Amino acid sequence: MIKVPDKAVRGLKAPVFLLCLAPLALLVWKAFQQDLGANPVDVITRSTGKWTLVFLLTTLAVTPLRKLLAMPWLVRFRRMLGLFAFFYGCLHLTTYVWLDKFFDVHAMLHDIAKRKFITAGMTGWLLMLPLAITSTTGWIRRLGGKRWQQLHRLIYFSALAGVVHFIWLVKADLRRPLAYGSVLAVLLLYRFFLWGTTRFKSRARAGMPAVSATET
Amino acid sequence: MLIKKSSDVPSSEITSKSNYLNRRKFITGALATGAAIAGGLYLRNTDSPEHGSVEASGNGGQKLTGIVKSQYSTTEKPTSFKDITNYNNYYEFSTDKYRPAGLSANFKTRPWTVAIDGMVKKPTTLDIDSVLKLAALEERVYRHRCVEGWSMVIPWVGFPLSALIKKADPLPSAKFVAFQTILAPDQMPNQKADVLQWPYVEGLRMDEAMHPLTILAVGLYDEVLPNVDGAPLRLVVPWKYGFKGIKAIVKVSFTDKMPPTTWNIMASSEYGFYSNVNPTVDHPRWSQATERRIGDSLFAAKHPTLMFNGYGDQVASLYSGMDLRKNF
Repeated sequence: MIKVPDKAVRGLKAPVFLLCLAPLALLVWKAFQQDLGANPVDVITRSTGKWTLVFLLTTLAVTPLRKLLAMPWLVRFRRMLGLFAFFYGCLHLTTYVWLDKFFDVHAMLHDIAKRKFITAGMTGWLLMLPLAITSTTGWIRRLGGKRWQQLHRLIYFSALAGVVHFIWLVKADLRRPLAYGSVLAVLLLYRFFLWGTTRFKSRARAGMPAVSATET
Repeated sequence: MLIKKSSDVPSSEITSKSNYLNRRKFITGALATGAAIAGGLYLRNTDSPEHGSVEASGNGGQKLTGIVKSQYSTTEKPTSFKDITNYNNYYEFSTDKYRPAGLSANFKTRPWTVAIDGMVKKPTTLDIDSVLKLAALEERVYRHRCVEGWSMVIPWVGFPLSALIKKADPLPSAKFVAFQTILAPDQMPNQKADVLQWPYVEGLRMDEAMHPLTILAVGLYDEVLPNVDGAPLRLVVPWKYGFKGIKAIVKVSFTDKMPPTTWNIMASSEYGFYSNVNPTVDHPRWSQATERRIGDSLFAAKHPTLMFNGYGDQVASLYSGMDLRKNF
Protein backbone atom coordinates (compact mmCIF):
# COMPACT_ATOMS: atom_id res chain seq x y z
CA MET A 1 0.00 0.00 0.00
CA ILE A 2 1.30 3.40 -0.96
CA LYS A 3 0.96 5.60 2.06
CA VAL A 4 0.59 9.30 1.57
CA PRO A 5 0.50 11.60 4.59
CA ASP A 6 -2.72 13.45 5.22
CA LYS A 7 -0.91 16.74 4.72
CA ALA A 8 0.24 15.76 1.25
CA VAL A 9 -3.27 14.78 0.21
CA ARG A 10 -4.53 18.12 1.39
CA GLY A 11 -1.70 19.86 -0.39
CA LEU A 12 -2.63 18.07 -3.58
CA LYS A 13 -6.21 19.26 -3.49
CA ALA A 14 -5.56 22.78 -4.70
CA PRO A 15 -3.48 21.73 -7.73
CA VAL A 16 -6.05 19.06 -8.66
CA PHE A 17 -8.81 21.64 -8.33
CA LEU A 18 -6.96 24.00 -10.66
CA LEU A 19 -6.26 21.18 -13.10
CA CYS A 20 -9.98 20.42 -13.21
CA LEU A 21 -10.59 24.03 -14.16
CA ALA A 22 -8.09 23.84 -17.02
CA PRO A 23 -10.65 22.84 -19.71
CA LEU A 24 -12.78 25.82 -18.79
CA ALA A 25 -9.75 28.11 -18.59
CA LEU A 26 -8.78 26.98 -22.07
CA LEU A 27 -12.24 27.83 -23.38
CA VAL A 28 -12.09 31.25 -21.75
CA TRP A 29 -8.60 31.81 -23.12
CA LYS A 30 -9.72 30.88 -26.61
CA ALA A 31 -12.72 33.15 -26.28
CA PHE A 32 -10.42 36.05 -25.46
CA GLN A 33 -8.19 35.11 -28.37
CA GLN A 34 -11.30 34.99 -30.59
CA ASP A 35 -10.26 31.48 -31.37
CA LEU A 36 -13.48 29.55 -30.89
CA GLY A 37 -14.01 29.13 -34.61
CA ALA A 38 -16.94 29.83 -36.86
CA ASN A 39 -19.55 28.39 -34.52
CA PRO A 40 -18.54 29.18 -30.94
CA VAL A 41 -21.78 27.86 -29.45
CA ASP A 42 -21.08 24.50 -31.02
CA VAL A 43 -17.52 24.47 -29.66
CA ILE A 44 -18.68 25.39 -26.15
CA THR A 45 -21.43 22.79 -26.26
CA ARG A 46 -19.10 20.04 -27.35
CA SER A 47 -16.30 20.96 -24.99
CA THR A 48 -18.49 21.20 -21.88
CA GLY A 49 -20.28 18.00 -22.86
CA LYS A 50 -17.03 16.14 -23.37
CA TRP A 51 -15.65 17.24 -20.01
CA THR A 52 -18.85 16.29 -18.22
CA LEU A 53 -18.38 12.75 -19.50
CA VAL A 54 -14.66 12.74 -18.78
CA PHE A 55 -15.25 13.80 -15.19
CA LEU A 56 -18.05 11.27 -14.73
CA LEU A 57 -15.76 8.51 -15.92
CA THR A 58 -12.84 9.80 -13.86
CA THR A 59 -15.06 9.81 -10.78
CA LEU A 60 -16.09 6.24 -11.51
CA ALA A 61 -12.44 5.28 -11.98
CA VAL A 62 -11.48 6.34 -8.46
CA THR A 63 -12.67 3.20 -6.70
CA PRO A 64 -11.11 0.69 -9.13
CA LEU A 65 -7.88 2.65 -9.19
CA ARG A 66 -7.51 3.02 -5.46
CA LYS A 67 -8.04 -0.71 -5.02
CA LEU A 68 -5.94 -1.93 -7.88
CA LEU A 69 -3.12 0.50 -7.10
CA ALA A 70 -3.58 0.20 -3.35
CA MET A 71 -3.88 3.95 -3.04
CA PRO A 72 -6.85 4.38 -0.66
CA TRP A 73 -6.26 8.12 -0.31
CA LEU A 74 -7.50 8.60 -3.88
CA VAL A 75 -11.03 8.45 -2.56
CA ARG A 76 -10.49 11.85 -1.02
CA PHE A 77 -10.57 13.36 -4.50
CA ARG A 78 -13.76 11.61 -5.54
CA ARG A 79 -16.20 14.24 -4.31
CA MET A 80 -14.28 17.00 -6.06
CA LEU A 81 -14.20 15.08 -9.33
CA GLY A 82 -17.88 14.27 -9.10
CA LEU A 83 -18.75 17.89 -8.42
CA PHE A 84 -16.69 18.94 -11.42
CA ALA A 85 -18.71 16.51 -13.55
CA PHE A 86 -21.81 18.28 -12.28
CA PHE A 87 -20.20 21.68 -12.84
CA TYR A 88 -19.36 20.97 -16.47
CA GLY A 89 -22.78 19.38 -16.88
CA CYS A 90 -24.33 22.63 -15.66
CA LEU A 91 -22.26 24.65 -18.11
CA HIS A 92 -23.32 22.26 -20.87
CA LEU A 93 -26.98 22.60 -19.91
CA THR A 94 -26.66 26.38 -19.60
CA THR A 95 -25.21 26.58 -23.10
CA TYR A 96 -28.23 24.72 -24.39
CA VAL A 97 -30.82 26.65 -22.37
CA TRP A 98 -29.30 30.04 -23.05
CA LEU A 99 -27.35 30.09 -26.29
CA ASP A 100 -29.26 27.43 -28.17
CA LYS A 101 -32.84 27.87 -26.96
CA PHE A 102 -32.70 31.39 -25.51
CA PHE A 103 -34.81 30.33 -22.52
CA ASP A 104 -37.69 29.30 -24.76
CA VAL A 105 -39.37 26.89 -22.32
CA HIS A 106 -41.85 25.66 -24.90
CA ALA A 107 -39.14 24.81 -27.39
CA MET A 108 -37.13 23.03 -24.70
CA LEU A 109 -40.04 20.92 -23.49
CA HIS A 110 -40.77 20.03 -27.08
CA ASP A 111 -37.13 19.03 -27.53
CA ILE A 112 -37.04 16.94 -24.36
CA ALA A 113 -40.20 15.11 -25.32
CA LYS A 114 -39.41 14.60 -28.96
CA ARG A 115 -35.66 14.17 -29.31
CA LYS A 116 -34.36 11.16 -27.56
CA PHE A 117 -30.78 12.42 -27.33
CA ILE A 118 -32.03 15.48 -25.46
CA THR A 119 -34.15 13.25 -23.23
CA ALA A 120 -31.07 11.17 -22.44
CA GLY A 121 -28.90 14.20 -21.77
CA MET A 122 -31.48 15.79 -19.51
CA THR A 123 -31.86 12.50 -17.64
CA GLY A 124 -28.12 12.35 -17.10
CA TRP A 125 -28.05 15.85 -15.68
CA LEU A 126 -31.09 15.31 -13.45
CA LEU A 127 -29.52 12.16 -12.01
CA MET A 128 -26.45 14.17 -11.03
CA LEU A 129 -28.53 16.79 -9.24
CA PRO A 130 -29.36 14.83 -6.04
CA LEU A 131 -25.77 13.61 -5.92
CA ALA A 132 -24.43 17.15 -6.02
CA ILE A 133 -26.90 18.29 -3.36
CA THR A 134 -26.09 15.40 -1.01
CA SER A 135 -22.35 15.59 -1.60
CA THR A 136 -21.68 17.38 1.69
CA THR A 137 -20.46 15.70 4.86
CA GLY A 138 -23.63 16.86 6.57
CA TRP A 139 -25.78 14.99 4.09
CA ILE A 140 -23.70 11.83 4.42
CA ARG A 141 -24.36 11.97 8.16
CA ARG A 142 -28.03 12.75 7.72
CA LEU A 143 -28.63 9.91 5.27
CA GLY A 144 -26.31 7.46 6.91
CA GLY A 145 -23.39 5.92 5.03
CA LYS A 146 -25.29 3.03 3.58
CA ARG A 147 -28.26 4.94 2.25
CA TRP A 148 -25.99 7.68 0.98
CA GLN A 149 -23.97 5.11 -0.90
CA GLN A 150 -27.06 3.54 -2.41
CA LEU A 151 -28.26 6.95 -3.57
CA HIS A 152 -24.91 7.73 -5.10
CA ARG A 153 -25.02 4.63 -7.26
CA LEU A 154 -27.20 6.85 -9.45
CA ILE A 155 -23.92 7.98 -10.98
CA TYR A 156 -23.83 4.70 -12.95
CA PHE A 157 -27.08 5.63 -14.63
CA SER A 158 -26.05 9.23 -15.11
CA ALA A 159 -22.87 8.17 -16.93
CA LEU A 160 -24.85 5.66 -18.95
CA ALA A 161 -27.34 8.38 -19.94
CA GLY A 162 -24.41 10.60 -20.91
CA VAL A 163 -22.92 7.98 -23.22
CA VAL A 164 -26.31 7.21 -24.76
CA HIS A 165 -26.86 10.96 -25.24
CA PHE A 166 -23.58 11.10 -27.18
CA ILE A 167 -24.34 7.99 -29.26
CA TRP A 168 -27.77 9.31 -30.22
CA LEU A 169 -26.61 12.73 -31.24
CA VAL A 170 -23.91 11.85 -33.77
CA LYS A 171 -24.98 11.60 -37.39
CA ALA A 172 -22.41 9.03 -38.40
CA ASP A 173 -19.09 7.75 -37.08
CA LEU A 174 -19.79 6.26 -33.66
CA ARG A 175 -16.12 5.82 -32.80
CA ARG A 176 -15.89 8.61 -30.23
CA PRO A 177 -19.09 7.90 -28.29
CA LEU A 178 -18.30 4.19 -28.33
CA ALA A 179 -14.84 4.88 -26.91
CA TYR A 180 -16.48 6.58 -23.93
CA GLY A 181 -18.96 3.71 -23.79
CA SER A 182 -16.15 1.15 -23.63
CA VAL A 183 -14.45 2.91 -20.74
CA LEU A 184 -17.77 3.06 -18.90
CA ALA A 185 -18.36 -0.62 -19.62
CA VAL A 186 -14.99 -1.54 -18.11
CA LEU A 187 -15.68 0.56 -15.01
CA LEU A 188 -19.12 -0.95 -14.51
CA LEU A 189 -18.01 -4.50 -15.22
CA TYR A 190 -15.31 -4.13 -12.58
CA ARG A 191 -18.01 -3.35 -10.05
CA PHE A 192 -20.18 -6.16 -11.25
CA PHE A 193 -17.41 -8.73 -10.79
CA LEU A 194 -16.46 -7.24 -7.46
CA TRP A 195 -20.06 -7.49 -6.36
CA GLY A 196 -20.18 -11.09 -7.59
CA THR A 197 -17.02 -12.17 -5.82
CA THR A 198 -17.91 -10.40 -2.57
CA ARG A 199 -21.27 -12.09 -2.59
CA PHE A 200 -19.68 -15.44 -3.23
CA LYS A 201 -17.03 -15.01 -0.54
CA SER A 202 -19.39 -13.77 2.13
CA ARG A 203 -21.75 -16.61 1.43
CA ALA A 204 -18.92 -19.13 1.59
CA ARG A 205 -17.58 -17.62 4.78
CA ALA A 206 -20.78 -17.38 6.74
CA GLY A 207 -23.00 -19.82 4.98
CA MET A 208 -25.47 -16.98 4.84
CA PRO A 209 -27.50 -15.30 2.12
CA ALA A 210 -25.76 -12.78 0.00
CA VAL A 211 -24.73 -9.38 1.25
CA SER A 212 -24.36 -6.81 -1.44
CA ALA A 213 -20.99 -5.17 -1.96
CA THR A 214 -20.65 -2.04 0.05
CA GLU A 215 -18.26 -0.36 -2.30
CA THR A 216 -19.53 1.97 -4.96
CA MET B 1 -17.72 68.48 -22.17
CA LEU B 2 -16.40 65.88 -19.81
CA ILE B 3 -19.87 64.41 -19.38
CA LYS B 4 -20.36 64.22 -23.11
CA LYS B 5 -17.07 62.45 -23.54
CA SER B 6 -17.85 59.77 -21.02
CA SER B 7 -21.15 59.04 -22.71
CA ASP B 8 -19.26 58.65 -25.96
CA VAL B 9 -17.37 55.67 -24.63
CA PRO B 10 -18.79 52.65 -26.45
CA SER B 11 -20.52 50.22 -24.14
CA SER B 12 -18.36 47.43 -25.54
CA GLU B 13 -15.31 49.04 -24.01
CA ILE B 14 -16.90 49.24 -20.60
CA THR B 15 -17.86 45.60 -20.82
CA SER B 16 -14.42 44.58 -21.90
CA LYS B 17 -12.85 46.12 -18.85
CA SER B 18 -15.13 44.41 -16.37
CA ASN B 19 -14.66 41.16 -18.17
CA TYR B 20 -10.94 41.64 -18.07
CA LEU B 21 -11.20 41.81 -14.32
CA ASN B 22 -13.42 38.75 -14.32
CA ARG B 23 -10.76 36.93 -16.20
CA ARG B 24 -8.24 37.66 -13.50
CA LYS B 25 -10.52 36.31 -10.88
CA PHE B 26 -11.36 33.08 -12.57
CA ILE B 27 -8.87 30.97 -10.71
CA THR B 28 -10.48 31.92 -7.43
CA GLY B 29 -13.50 29.83 -8.18
CA ALA B 30 -15.55 28.01 -10.69
CA LEU B 31 -18.44 30.44 -10.71
CA ALA B 32 -16.24 33.41 -11.42
CA THR B 33 -14.82 31.48 -14.35
CA GLY B 34 -18.29 30.76 -15.63
CA ALA B 35 -19.02 34.46 -15.67
CA ALA B 36 -15.75 35.14 -17.44
CA ILE B 37 -16.46 32.72 -20.25
CA ALA B 38 -19.75 34.37 -20.97
CA GLY B 39 -18.03 37.73 -20.85
CA GLY B 40 -15.17 36.60 -23.02
CA LEU B 41 -17.53 35.27 -25.64
CA TYR B 42 -19.47 38.47 -25.56
CA LEU B 43 -16.22 40.30 -26.13
CA ARG B 44 -15.36 38.10 -29.05
CA ASN B 45 -18.50 39.12 -30.79
CA THR B 46 -18.51 42.80 -30.03
CA ASP B 47 -14.93 43.09 -31.18
CA SER B 48 -15.08 40.53 -33.96
CA PRO B 49 -12.87 41.37 -36.94
CA GLU B 50 -14.30 42.64 -40.18
CA HIS B 51 -15.75 40.05 -42.48
CA GLY B 52 -13.66 39.09 -45.43
CA SER B 53 -10.42 38.43 -43.59
CA VAL B 54 -8.57 36.10 -45.91
CA GLU B 55 -6.57 33.09 -44.94
CA ALA B 56 -4.92 30.68 -47.34
CA SER B 57 -6.79 27.40 -47.61
CA GLY B 58 -5.52 25.29 -50.49
CA ASN B 59 -5.44 26.46 -54.07
CA GLY B 60 -3.51 29.61 -53.14
CA GLY B 61 -6.35 31.98 -53.96
CA GLN B 62 -6.04 32.29 -57.75
CA LYS B 63 -8.35 35.00 -59.03
CA LEU B 64 -11.07 34.07 -61.48
CA THR B 65 -11.79 36.62 -64.21
CA GLY B 66 -14.77 37.56 -66.34
CA ILE B 67 -17.29 36.82 -63.62
CA VAL B 68 -20.73 38.29 -64.26
CA LYS B 69 -23.25 39.22 -61.58
CA SER B 70 -26.51 37.34 -61.35
CA GLN B 71 -30.11 38.32 -60.68
CA TYR B 72 -30.36 35.23 -58.47
CA SER B 73 -27.94 36.59 -55.87
CA THR B 74 -29.19 37.61 -52.45
CA THR B 75 -28.23 41.02 -51.12
CA GLU B 76 -27.58 39.60 -47.65
CA LYS B 77 -24.13 40.10 -46.23
CA PRO B 78 -21.87 37.19 -47.17
CA THR B 79 -20.26 35.09 -44.45
CA SER B 80 -16.52 35.73 -44.11
CA PHE B 81 -14.13 33.83 -46.36
CA LYS B 82 -12.43 32.56 -43.23
CA ASP B 83 -15.59 30.99 -41.83
CA ILE B 84 -16.70 29.53 -45.16
CA THR B 85 -13.31 27.89 -45.64
CA ASN B 86 -12.76 26.74 -42.06
CA TYR B 87 -16.11 25.38 -41.00
CA ASN B 88 -17.98 22.79 -43.01
CA ASN B 89 -18.78 19.14 -43.36
CA TYR B 90 -16.49 17.20 -45.64
CA TYR B 91 -16.66 13.69 -44.23
CA GLU B 92 -14.07 12.37 -46.68
CA PHE B 93 -11.50 14.32 -44.71
CA SER B 94 -12.97 14.38 -41.21
CA THR B 95 -16.26 14.25 -39.37
CA ASP B 96 -15.10 17.35 -37.52
CA LYS B 97 -16.09 20.64 -39.13
CA TYR B 98 -12.83 22.46 -38.44
CA ARG B 99 -10.35 19.84 -39.59
CA PRO B 100 -11.13 19.46 -43.31
CA ALA B 101 -9.58 22.87 -44.01
CA GLY B 102 -6.14 21.64 -43.02
CA LEU B 103 -6.54 18.05 -44.17
CA SER B 104 -7.62 19.08 -47.68
CA ALA B 105 -4.85 21.61 -48.22
CA ASN B 106 -2.80 19.30 -50.45
CA PHE B 107 -5.70 17.68 -52.26
CA LYS B 108 -4.91 17.40 -55.98
CA THR B 109 -7.45 18.98 -58.31
CA ARG B 110 -5.36 18.51 -61.46
CA PRO B 111 -5.38 16.41 -63.55
CA TRP B 112 -9.16 16.02 -63.18
CA THR B 113 -11.82 14.60 -65.45
CA VAL B 114 -15.57 14.34 -65.23
CA ALA B 115 -17.17 11.23 -66.73
CA ILE B 116 -20.57 11.62 -68.35
CA ASP B 117 -22.43 8.34 -68.72
CA GLY B 118 -25.73 6.51 -68.43
CA MET B 119 -28.66 7.60 -70.56
CA VAL B 120 -26.85 9.97 -72.88
CA LYS B 121 -26.47 9.97 -76.63
CA LYS B 122 -22.73 9.57 -76.29
CA PRO B 123 -20.89 8.81 -73.04
CA THR B 124 -17.79 10.92 -72.73
CA THR B 125 -15.14 12.15 -70.37
CA LEU B 126 -14.56 15.88 -70.02
CA ASP B 127 -11.39 17.47 -68.80
CA ILE B 128 -12.02 19.88 -65.92
CA ASP B 129 -10.61 22.79 -67.90
CA SER B 130 -13.12 22.22 -70.67
CA VAL B 131 -15.89 21.96 -68.06
CA LEU B 132 -14.85 25.39 -66.79
CA LYS B 133 -15.44 26.80 -70.27
CA LEU B 134 -18.95 25.40 -70.72
CA ALA B 135 -20.58 28.69 -69.77
CA ALA B 136 -19.81 32.19 -68.52
CA LEU B 137 -18.88 32.22 -64.85
CA GLU B 138 -21.41 33.94 -62.65
CA GLU B 139 -21.33 35.10 -59.09
CA ARG B 140 -24.21 33.55 -57.17
CA VAL B 141 -24.57 34.79 -53.62
CA TYR B 142 -26.74 32.09 -52.08
CA ARG B 143 -28.04 31.26 -48.66
CA HIS B 144 -26.63 27.93 -47.53
CA ARG B 145 -28.58 25.92 -44.96
CA CYS B 146 -26.97 22.92 -43.33
CA VAL B 147 -29.27 20.16 -42.09
CA GLU B 148 -27.57 20.57 -38.70
CA GLY B 149 -29.20 23.95 -38.16
CA TRP B 150 -26.53 26.45 -39.14
CA SER B 151 -26.41 28.65 -42.20
CA MET B 152 -24.16 30.93 -44.20
CA VAL B 153 -24.39 33.32 -47.12
CA ILE B 154 -21.90 32.21 -49.73
CA PRO B 155 -20.70 34.12 -52.81
CA TRP B 156 -20.20 31.14 -55.12
CA VAL B 157 -18.75 31.43 -58.59
CA GLY B 158 -20.09 28.91 -61.06
CA PHE B 159 -22.39 28.21 -63.94
CA PRO B 160 -25.80 26.59 -64.31
CA LEU B 161 -25.76 22.80 -64.18
CA SER B 162 -28.07 22.96 -67.19
CA ALA B 163 -25.07 23.98 -69.32
CA LEU B 164 -23.34 20.70 -68.53
CA ILE B 165 -26.55 18.74 -69.06
CA LYS B 166 -27.04 20.29 -72.49
CA LYS B 167 -23.46 19.38 -73.35
CA ALA B 168 -24.06 15.81 -72.08
CA ASP B 169 -27.15 15.55 -74.28
CA PRO B 170 -29.22 13.06 -72.24
CA LEU B 171 -31.84 10.80 -73.79
CA PRO B 172 -35.48 11.86 -73.34
CA SER B 173 -35.93 8.79 -71.11
CA ALA B 174 -33.46 10.16 -68.54
CA LYS B 175 -35.38 11.39 -65.48
CA PHE B 176 -32.66 11.82 -62.89
CA VAL B 177 -29.06 12.99 -62.68
CA ALA B 178 -26.66 11.16 -60.38
CA PHE B 179 -23.34 12.55 -59.13
CA GLN B 180 -20.31 10.88 -57.66
CA THR B 181 -17.39 12.21 -55.63
CA ILE B 182 -13.84 11.06 -56.33
CA LEU B 183 -12.72 7.94 -54.49
CA ALA B 184 -9.17 8.73 -53.38
CA PRO B 185 -8.49 7.15 -49.99
CA ASP B 186 -4.80 8.04 -50.26
CA GLN B 187 -5.80 11.70 -50.27
CA MET B 188 -9.01 11.55 -48.29
CA PRO B 189 -8.16 9.86 -44.99
CA ASN B 190 -11.72 9.15 -43.87
CA GLN B 191 -12.44 7.15 -47.00
CA LYS B 192 -10.32 4.46 -45.32
CA ALA B 193 -12.79 4.44 -42.43
CA ASP B 194 -16.25 2.98 -42.36
CA VAL B 195 -17.97 6.30 -41.72
CA LEU B 196 -20.21 6.55 -44.76
CA GLN B 197 -20.49 4.41 -47.83
CA TRP B 198 -17.82 5.69 -50.23
CA PRO B 199 -17.73 7.24 -52.73
CA TYR B 200 -20.28 9.89 -51.80
CA VAL B 201 -23.19 9.94 -54.23
CA GLU B 202 -26.01 12.40 -54.73
CA GLY B 203 -28.83 12.96 -57.18
CA LEU B 204 -31.44 15.34 -58.49
CA ARG B 205 -34.61 14.96 -60.47
CA MET B 206 -34.10 16.26 -64.01
CA ASP B 207 -36.28 19.34 -63.51
CA GLU B 208 -34.39 20.21 -60.33
CA ALA B 209 -31.10 19.76 -62.15
CA MET B 210 -32.21 21.96 -65.05
CA HIS B 211 -33.48 24.71 -62.74
CA PRO B 212 -31.58 27.98 -63.25
CA LEU B 213 -30.80 28.22 -59.52
CA THR B 214 -28.89 24.93 -59.61
CA ILE B 215 -25.22 25.52 -60.30
CA LEU B 216 -21.89 23.80 -60.45
CA ALA B 217 -19.55 25.91 -58.36
CA VAL B 218 -15.91 26.34 -59.29
CA GLY B 219 -15.10 29.40 -57.20
CA LEU B 220 -15.75 31.39 -54.06
CA TYR B 221 -15.24 35.10 -53.42
CA ASP B 222 -13.98 35.53 -57.02
CA GLU B 223 -11.24 32.97 -56.44
CA VAL B 224 -10.75 29.37 -57.50
CA LEU B 225 -12.82 27.14 -55.20
CA PRO B 226 -10.77 26.18 -52.12
CA ASN B 227 -10.26 22.44 -51.71
CA VAL B 228 -12.19 22.41 -48.46
CA ASP B 229 -15.34 23.58 -50.23
CA GLY B 230 -15.27 20.83 -52.84
CA ALA B 231 -12.75 21.83 -55.51
CA PRO B 232 -12.51 21.59 -58.36
CA LEU B 233 -16.23 21.13 -59.01
CA ARG B 234 -19.19 20.94 -56.65
CA LEU B 235 -22.94 21.07 -56.83
CA VAL B 236 -24.92 23.91 -55.24
CA VAL B 237 -28.70 23.61 -54.87
CA PRO B 238 -29.60 26.53 -52.62
CA TRP B 239 -33.12 25.43 -51.68
CA LYS B 240 -31.90 22.06 -50.38
CA TYR B 241 -29.89 21.14 -47.31
CA GLY B 242 -26.16 21.52 -47.77
CA PHE B 243 -25.34 17.82 -47.95
CA LYS B 244 -27.06 17.65 -51.35
CA GLY B 245 -24.20 19.82 -52.62
CA ILE B 246 -21.84 16.99 -53.52
CA LYS B 247 -18.18 17.93 -53.70
CA ALA B 248 -15.20 17.01 -55.90
CA ILE B 249 -17.41 15.57 -58.62
CA VAL B 250 -15.85 13.02 -61.01
CA LYS B 251 -18.97 11.48 -62.52
CA VAL B 252 -22.36 12.65 -63.75
CA SER B 253 -24.77 9.90 -64.79
CA PHE B 254 -28.22 10.04 -66.32
CA THR B 255 -30.85 7.52 -65.31
CA ASP B 256 -34.58 6.84 -65.32
CA LYS B 257 -34.59 5.63 -61.70
CA MET B 258 -34.23 7.68 -58.54
CA PRO B 259 -30.53 7.27 -57.77
CA PRO B 260 -29.21 6.31 -54.33
CA THR B 261 -27.88 9.16 -52.20
CA THR B 262 -25.27 8.73 -49.47
CA TRP B 263 -27.06 10.12 -46.43
CA ASN B 264 -30.26 8.38 -47.42
CA ILE B 265 -28.35 5.09 -47.52
CA MET B 266 -26.92 5.91 -44.09
CA ALA B 267 -30.24 6.79 -42.42
CA SER B 268 -33.27 6.81 -44.67
CA SER B 269 -35.62 8.00 -41.91
CA GLU B 270 -33.50 11.10 -41.39
CA TYR B 271 -32.44 12.14 -44.88
CA GLY B 272 -34.77 11.90 -47.84
CA PHE B 273 -33.92 12.09 -51.52
CA TYR B 274 -35.38 15.58 -51.88
CA SER B 275 -34.06 17.14 -48.67
CA ASN B 276 -35.62 20.48 -49.46
CA VAL B 277 -35.15 23.03 -46.70
CA ASN B 278 -38.42 22.85 -44.80
CA PRO B 279 -38.95 24.47 -41.38
CA THR B 280 -42.12 22.45 -40.81
CA VAL B 281 -40.53 19.04 -41.16
CA ASP B 282 -38.12 18.43 -38.29
CA HIS B 283 -35.11 16.23 -38.50
CA PRO B 284 -35.73 13.46 -35.93
CA ARG B 285 -32.91 14.77 -33.81
CA TRP B 286 -33.29 18.52 -34.11
CA SER B 287 -35.77 21.19 -35.06
CA GLN B 288 -35.49 22.75 -38.50
CA ALA B 289 -37.58 25.79 -37.56
CA THR B 290 -34.61 28.06 -36.89
CA GLU B 291 -30.99 28.33 -37.87
CA ARG B 292 -27.82 29.85 -36.48
CA ARG B 293 -26.23 32.20 -38.97
CA ILE B 294 -22.48 31.71 -38.84
CA GLY B 295 -20.77 35.01 -38.00
CA ASP B 296 -23.66 36.30 -35.91
CA SER B 297 -23.04 37.45 -32.37
CA LEU B 298 -23.05 34.63 -29.87
CA PHE B 299 -26.06 36.09 -28.12
CA ALA B 300 -28.00 36.95 -31.27
CA ALA B 301 -31.30 35.20 -31.75
CA LYS B 302 -31.42 32.45 -34.32
CA HIS B 303 -32.99 33.19 -37.69
CA PRO B 304 -36.28 31.61 -38.67
CA THR B 305 -35.67 29.06 -41.42
CA LEU B 306 -37.57 29.81 -44.60
CA MET B 307 -39.46 27.30 -46.72
CA PHE B 308 -37.19 26.19 -49.57
CA ASN B 309 -34.53 28.31 -47.85
CA GLY B 310 -36.31 31.41 -49.13
CA TYR B 311 -36.30 30.27 -52.77
CA GLY B 312 -39.94 29.20 -52.75
CA ASP B 313 -41.00 31.73 -55.39
CA GLN B 314 -38.64 30.10 -57.85
CA VAL B 315 -38.89 26.41 -56.94
CA ALA B 316 -42.16 25.66 -55.12
CA SER B 317 -43.84 24.85 -58.43
CA LEU B 318 -41.44 21.92 -58.92
CA TYR B 319 -43.17 20.16 -56.06
CA SER B 320 -46.81 21.12 -56.56
CA GLY B 321 -49.12 18.31 -55.57
CA MET B 322 -46.41 16.48 -53.65
CA ASP B 323 -46.70 15.71 -49.94
CA LEU B 324 -43.47 17.26 -48.66
CA ARG B 325 -43.82 15.50 -45.31
CA LYS B 326 -43.58 12.17 -47.05
CA ASN B 327 -41.14 13.34 -49.70
CA PHE B 328 -38.81 15.04 -47.24
